Amino acid sequence: MAEFNLPQNSRLVAGKTWPKPAGASKLTEFKVYRWSPDDTENPRTDTYFVDREDCGPMVLDALIWIKSKIDPTLTFRRSCREGICGSCAMNMDGKNGLACTTGIDECGSKGKVAIYPLPHMPVIKDLVPDLTQFYAQHASIEPWLKTTTPAPEKEWAQGKEDREKLDGLYECILCACCTTSCPSYWWNGDRYLGPAALLQAYRWLIDSRDEATGDRLDNLEDPFRLYRCHTIMNCANACPKGLNPAKAIAEVKKMMVTRQV
Amino acid sequence: MAEVKQAARPLSPHLQIYRWSWTMAMSIAHRVTGVALYAGTVLIAAWLVAAASGPAAFDMAQAVAGSLFGRLVLFLYSFALLHHMIGGLRHFVWDMGRGYDPQTRMNMAKYSVVASGGLTLLVWIVAYAVR
Repeated sequence: MAEFNLPQNSRLVAGKTWPKPAGASKLTEFKVYRWSPDDTENPRTDTYFVDREDCGPMVLDALIWIKSKIDPTLTFRRSCREGICGSCAMNMDGKNGLACTTGIDECGSKGKVAIYPLPHMPVIKDLVPDLTQFYAQHASIEPWLKTTTPAPEKEWAQGKEDREKLDGLYECILCACCTTSCPSYWWNGDRYLGPAALLQAYRWLIDSRDEATGDRLDNLEDPFRLYRCHTIMNCANACPKGLNPAKAIAEVKKMMVTRQV
Repeated sequence: MAEVKQAARPLSPHLQIYRWSWTMAMSIAHRVTGVALYAGTVLIAAWLVAAASGPAAFDMAQAVAGSLFGRLVLFLYSFALLHHMIGGLRHFVWDMGRGYDPQTRMNMAKYSVVASGGLTLLVWIVAYAVR
């Protein structure tokens, strides 16, 4: 059953407002989720003021600025700063995305930039969620080429048209923006695979070289694993790579039906 | 290594902080109207039972349904019915693998409010006109 409220230990309490940097002319207010495993306090939101004249244009720039100039304890993941590693996935201004490809100016719908970890996930510290289950679900769809015929002498050949079927699927960077944006995953994440894993499932289902299509579909034929998708579309709205997990899931559902006729 | 006592990990905020979109709102509206239809079906069943029971019971059912409150309930029921029907059509299109690009999916959600609201008004205008 869906639990709409946060558990007692997860409810937000008032946080600290850090002093404004001296001599700054253009300030932007950031409200950032904080939680530390080292004490027994509940999560809180701290307020920081970022000097925009001294800071790059992206949300990740601002987080790094806060960490270097105001509060070195602020914890978040980041690596490539160009939208390919997927580390800095978080919830900004109410929407999931990558901090490195989201502009600070895109986040001003409430006059300040609110930053939370990816929604409905166990928090390790501050903006760092535990993605163990997310990765396990990806592994459960067996995201590798499965064949039964003897391996060819060179590579498994694939024509141009068949290769094109993988466009819009192979680009997934497993940042978890889509899966953690999905209310269906919030309520049934223990049994529903979620948009990212299902998009990858489809990526292997339509790969012309893969020979385990039937087994893969059998594995998904389940009221929860696949069919908890109710086309809420938050996944497609959130994907920082512009992919469409909702459509991929619809295609898997179509394959389920068409294999029976 | 010294034993470190760690607090249980909190669950990050979800519904409390996620920004609403049209597709998200229409999805929950579809669920809510679907539940409302159960209650509406009970009303229809009650009306039919009254009709089968005899003139006195039927007159009473008609009086309740025709009262201001009764009409309000019927109006909301007709809206739930039409909204759920339009939502069903939207899901039918999506189930065929169409209408997934950003503009189309948002418009389909947005216009299902317009369409169901408009159809409800139309039904009531016609109903009062032919009365």
